[in-house]
Amino acid sequence: MKRVDIIIIGFGTVGRGLATIIRKNGSLARDRFGVDIRIVGIADLRGSMMDPEGLDIDDALEWKCEISPVNSIELISKGEYDLMVETTPSDVTTGEPAFTHIKTALNLGKAVVTSNKGPIALYYRELMELSERTGSPFRFEASVGGAMPIINLIRDNLAGNQILGIKGIFNGTCNYILTRMAEEGLPYEYVLSEAQSLGIAEADPSYDVDGIDTAEKLTILANAVMGMDIAYHDVSVEGIRRITPDTLKLALDKGYVVKLIGEAVNGRIEVAPRLVPRDHPFALMRGTLNIAEITTDLSGPITVMGRGAGAIEAASAIFSDIISIYRSER
Amino acid sequence: MMRVAMEIELKDIPGQLFGALGPIADLGGNIISIAHQRDLRTPRGTIPIKITIEIDEEHLDDLIARWHDVGITVMQKGEERLHESVFLILVGHIVHTDLKSTIDAVDSTGFAEVVDLTLSMPGIDEESSAGITIKATGRTEMERAIEILEQEAVNKELLLIKPLEEV
Repeated sequence: MKRVDIIIIGFGTVGRGLATIIRKNGSLARDRFGVDIRIVGIADLRGSMMDPEGLDIDDALEWKCEISPVNSIELISKGEYDLMVETTPSDVTTGEPAFTHIKTALNLGKAVVTSNKGPIALYYRELMELSERTGSPFRFEASVGGAMPIINLIRDNLAGNQILGIKGIFNGTCNYILTRMAEEGLPYEYVLSEAQSLGIAEADPSYDVDGIDTAEKLTILANAVMGMDIAYHDVSVEGIRRITPDTLKLALDKGYVVKLIGEAVNGRIEVAPRLVPRDHPFALMRGTLNIAEITTDLSGPITVMGRGAGAIEAASAIFSDIISIYRSER
Repeated sequence: MMRVAMEIELKDIPGQLFGALGPIADLGGNIISIAHQRDLRTPRGTIPIKITIEIDEEHLDDLIARWHDVGITVMQKGEERLHESVFLILVGHIVHTDLKSTIDAVDSTGFAEVVDLTLSMPGIDEESSAGITIKATGRTEMERAIEILEQEAVNKELLLIKPLEEV
């Protein structure tokens, strides 16, 4: 049995989701993979909770453990642990504070698993080089497509294939809005506020509806599994704000639906609304589902779909990453 | 590549069909369709064949010459000029940014045309949408036509929604 002491930096929905999963499926990780995951530290803006023998997860979820004033960076640099989970809010422009957290942990030779897109979309090369130099594993499956497996699918199951292109629907908010607009003939503003009231869209929806989130995910994929060297700023991005019910009606009359598509092919990345034939698998993605088509040289096209958002979904990808790091060492 | 539909006549002697198809492949052409009814005869006793091929324009005369050498005659020849078709949507102030010049940009190429346009205008200040069907002589030409339309869209601040699978 391999004991793995983890710290969670950022105890929001995803961090808490991971704690919940470890409580629920921790025995599965022990019995099936020989990996005993214990949470020895949690840090958030309100301070941190620590226990070298493992925190009680029920208490930790309620912040009922002893709270110390030790901040995130102190916990990362001075704590005793094997792996850091970074789940602080993502920042597109600076990648902070996650970027500093990840660098600090990798420099100390600690393994890192994150769902945080910002630092990877902005500093992929730097972080990978650091991970290689220090021999610290660095995984980020949760950063793209939530529970939909794509990075590890390509790296492990499709190893040996050249990845010629990836395209798909990577943002559930946009997909929900476009689906509702098309099916009900409702204007963008109306459906947006509906999505906001359902918690599907943020109060400031620009990150999703302007295609930024999709662009970040495509940047990560292009760098991580297509061998491209692209900064997020190089991506051509067009969102869905200008789509009207008339646009969707015109498309439908010709047998198409409109979807926000992210595509990486021939060394370039494009995010834009595209016309998708109604019988195409992408057209069947209603609501918040994600789908990706990976074009390979040996295996032809491979299509994966799954829930692209949600705390438990993202946390499940983190949980799998943790298991796979230590399972491979057995 | 251009696409040509032809009616050719073969003599009723062995090896004629091979003589007709061989040169097409030799010249890098593609057979799109072929209709051959063995028992049909023209008043001249020849066998009529309807054939559609794709071939580089500069090789077409050579093909006809090679057919002539083996006794095959071309009775009818018509180029299917615009056989690539793509549907796209424009969103924005389409009319006020001179719709005519947008269409002209494509039509003036000589290899592509806007063959259908459906305009939907919701209100005076709101952005309108237009569904546009473009036809072009070939794939390369279609890509070029879409690039031209993209440039028009950028200049006029219109949103161009392209198909998922480009030509």
